[in-house]
Amino acid sequence: MPYLSEEYDICVAGAGHAGCEAALACAKLGLETIVFTVSVESIALMPCNPNIGGSSKGHLVREIDALGGQMGINIDHTFIQSKMLNVSKGPAVHSLRAQADKSGYSQEMRRTLESTDHLTIRQAEVTELIVEDGIVKGVKTFSGALYHSKAVVLCTGTYLKSRCLYGDVINFTGPNGLQAANHLSESLKENGIELFRFKTGTPARIDRRSVDFSKMEEQKGDERVVPFSFSTDPEEVQIDQVSCWLTYTNKDTHEIIRENLDRSPLYSGMIEGTGPRYCPSIEDKVVKFSDKERHQVFIEPEGLYTNEMYIGGMSSSLPEDVQYKMYKSVAGLEHVKIVRNAYAIEYDCIDPRQLYPTLEFKGIRGLFSGGQFNGSSGYEEAAAQGLVAGINAAMFCKGKEPLVLDRSTSYIGVLIDDLVTKENREPYRMMTSRAEYRLLLRQDNADLRLSKIGYEVGLIDEERYHWVVEKEGLIEKEVDRIQHVKIGANAVVQKILEEHGSAPLKTGTTLAELIRRPELSYDDLAEIDKDRPNLPYDVVEQVNINIKYDGYIKRQLKQVKEFKKLENKKLPENFDYNQVKSLRIEAKQKLNLYQPVNVGQASRISGVSPADISVLLVYLEQMYRKK
Amino acid sequence: MKTNTIAAIATAMSNSGIGIIRMSGEESFEIIDKIYRGKKGEKKLSEVPSHTIHYGYICDGEKVIDEVMVLVLKSPNTYTREDTVEIDCHGGVLVMKRILETVIKYGARPAEPGEFTKRAFLNGRIDLSQAESVIDVINAKNDFSLESSLHQLQGNLKNKIKEVRRKIIHEIAFIESALDDPEHISMEGYSEKLKEIISELSLELKDLLLSSENGELLKEGINTVIIGKPNAGKSSFMNVLSGKERAIVTNIAGTTRDILEEQVNLDGITLNVMDTAGIHDTWDTVEKIGVDKAKESLSRADLVIYMVDASTVLDENDEEILGLLSDKKTIVLLNKSDLEKSTTENMVFSHLEERGMNHPVLSVSMKEEIGVKEIKNKIKEMFFAGEISFNDEILITNVRQKSFLQSALDSLNMVRQSIEDEMPEDFYSIDLVSASEELGNITGECASEDLVNEIFSKFCMGK
Repeated sequence: MPYLSEEYDICVAGAGHAGCEAALACAKLGLETIVFTVSVESIALMPCNPNIGGSSKGHLVREIDALGGQMGINIDHTFIQSKMLNVSKGPAVHSLRAQADKSGYSQEMRRTLESTDHLTIRQAEVTELIVEDGIVKGVKTFSGALYHSKAVVLCTGTYLKSRCLYGDVINFTGPNGLQAANHLSESLKENGIELFRFKTGTPARIDRRSVDFSKMEEQKGDERVVPFSFSTDPEEVQIDQVSCWLTYTNKDTHEIIRENLDRSPLYSGMIEGTGPRYCPSIEDKVVKFSDKERHQVFIEPEGLYTNEMYIGGMSSSLPEDVQYKMYKSVAGLEHVKIVRNAYAIEYDCIDPRQLYPTLEFKGIRGLFSGGQFNGSSGYEEAAAQGLVAGINAAMFCKGKEPLVLDRSTSYIGVLIDDLVTKENREPYRMMTSRAEYRLLLRQDNADLRLSKIGYEVGLIDEERYHWVVEKEGLIEKEVDRIQHVKIGANAVVQKILEEHGSAPLKTGTTLAELIRRPELSYDDLAEIDKDRPNLPYDVVEQVNINIKYDGYIKRQLKQVKEFKKLENKKLPENFDYNQVKSLRIEAKQKLNLYQPVNVGQASRISGVSPADISVLLVYLEQMYRKK
Repeated sequence: MKTNTIAAIATAMSNSGIGIIRMSGEESFEIIDKIYRGKKGEKKLSEVPSHTIHYGYICDGEKVIDEVMVLVLKSPNTYTREDTVEIDCHGGVLVMKRILETVIKYGARPAEPGEFTKRAFLNGRIDLSQAESVIDVINAKNDFSLESSLHQLQGNLKNKIKEVRRKIIHEIAFIESALDDPEHISMEGYSEKLKEIISELSLELKDLLLSSENGELLKEGINTVIIGKPNAGKSSFMNVLSGKERAIVTNIAGTTRDILEEQVNLDGITLNVMDTAGIHDTWDTVEKIGVDKAKESLSRADLVIYMVDASTVLDENDEEILGLLSDKKTIVLLNKSDLEKSTTENMVFSHLEERGMNHPVLSVSMKEEIGVKEIKNKIKEMFFAGEISFNDEILITNVRQKSFLQSALDSLNMVRQSIEDEMPEDFYSIDLVSASEELGNITGECASEDLVNEIFSKFCMGK
């Protein structure tokens, strides 16, 4: 029997990485929030790889942190190894990646949720969406309890009608044997929401005691660890770290896989969902890259208090017996004992083009969504969307302007714009090549880019924001000073240059010019810069980057200025583009379907040409003048 | 580097009178300062009062391009409400093109179709009632530009550009894969390798630029179609014009089955001459195609040369041809006038008159090269009188394509510079992406999706 249970401002369905960020944001902004999960034990579960961050994903975590999200703080408390990737490359692609203690990560997040005011945790499966006159009114759970609310955030991850497969075995469960959510899909369809079916996969977990590490290369963490969160004291993260191990597949492994391809549900056609190309199963790698003689395999600990280890690089949906054979063919895994099988998982998710860049549904007011439910993949992508969906659900309840991050502000902006604007046929993963202004969107300056927004939203406190403002001032002042420091071609200078393998000066120059030399940095030249003020490390880092890459940075700033012109031209809501006679038919159809929020977004829809954009601009101007 | 200062030729593209190159946008004055030289040496047009006109020269470095009058118009009292410069030059097609190219070289970009009008409207200069016509201008010009850039681009050149672009995207994909998955993909020794690849690709782009200098990207010139019955001497005429044994000349009727094309320069006027198969009723399918093509090329013709064989009588085939010529600028050549005439000038005149046409008729002999000079003079006369001109959009499209090629080459040079400056690898892809986008503008391909596909299909990544 349905009954009215309670009333909240906001209901969040799901407590994975998206759901946690959404729920925390809503509650911290003072809204009474309830978060539903099929299992309280699975809050912030990491059902696949045991890392947070990585190339471009590390950027997302930093941005989440700068906006006032939780992921960065949580991993700083629970990591067991950390590495800055790509340090030999430019600052734009430096990226932090940490190995997490999985259960620690989950428990820490659960503790944070439990100790946040205005936040209620409820173990229950959301089965129905309540919508009246195109406005969301709450949710119903499996037991028949009705929860009324002003807004709902869907973060169902990979649980919707999920099934896990390997060989011919199918389990109708979510990841890790957790209960699937089998009812909500129907309710979504009844409300006109279009669903996709995606798939992803995970490798086996093995017993550490069965691994021969002597045949593998040790992979250690960085000597000096950099925290994810801008609020974490760097001294607090200098801990004893654990190692990962590197080994390789070989011809035998590939042979075993090839012989048994017909037994893989991927190749037998049993799996219908679309899988991600960037995260291929080992079967896919062997088939698609048949000329490669070996593939890397990373053996990574799942935590400090477990023997389980993750076999990075070998996700699979081959049958259990083949999994044994395949893993045992890898050097160091000859006697391996599997704790959990590798499997592929299929699930329902939405076509994200049904969303505004605020992550609100175009057809249903007050309904927001984030995470893998939106067709993305990865913990960090999920958390980023969860945060934005949560913030906007809160803004909706408060009747305030929503938060929209455009492509020039952040990777989060790129992620969401890509999801809601582009045709997405596989789970979406963040990549640095997707960010056109990546020189500006560095992980090291996420606080400078986004803290103001986090502060205005209400998730970053006064003290933290003031430090960012102060930092900005210090950087600006020092960059200006450096450009005016004259350096003469004297003996002291030449000696320093020689020490750093840099060509001697022929005439005088500025300190900035010297810093621009690839072999020199701000720090290297302290000796010949007598008036240098004593500045914190993170300020020095910004000064160095701003001086060194000045030319490139200016070029991208100019591009952003152009980009903003179209981005600032708003398009009307629910507009019938058939009225604009001169648009081509394809453009009319696409524009009607997408209902872009501004001309910039319209210009990124495939099938809308530059000429259509010109027509649109003229039409807008015409409408504006008529008013 | 993308700029928002646009330039275009504002007058008709004919060799008559005065030509105007117009430039609009923030950098207009900065650019004109770089290329304008006053009669008495230095004069900065950025510092002169608005709405004044200045005599001087347009120069590319030391090289003087033309003697000009420059009109300086400061925002907002201009057509586009932006800073505007108008360069009045001698009306020669080549001169106008070279000035436009110089303006682009120093920082402007070729205007999109209808862009001046669009800006004028968006900046509030044009009245609301004209909005529809603004849209029409954009659409009409754009249709042509799309057609000319995609269809008229010579097939092999287009393929070459696509190939260069594909190679660039492959390199970007490699760099990006290595950045996204540094533990799987190593970049050791890559800089050196890329430097070589960049040199090769730069050479290919330079070749393409050379082709564009010669107007070979899109054929520029007056589309001149030679038409007539089989064996009237069309191919001989073409050979006489181009001075080459180009078309196959036999006395067997129907030898030219396809269209032969040749560019001929008549004292600075470019003719794009197309020789067609003779028109007569035919059951021969191969030749039938030739005839259809001839009719089709007539529809694109700016000038028609109608060859009549004076040694035969006018028949129904000539009637058919005459029927196609009523709205075409045409010169009728009475060929083989050295032989005994079955058809005289007067007979041709009366046929023309019957149909209300008064095309000029010249008696010539291609074999003896009699009357060749007169033909050339006639064409020049018609051109300078403005009776014939060619579609200026082709020339503009060529300039535009060339500027894309040049930008792509500039971007590759920046990559080379980054390698030499020992910048980190991720900087290479910034300019490689620009290069691929510039080339994509020519081939009509979009970079981002191609790149993602290349990354996933060529490089093995991931967990």
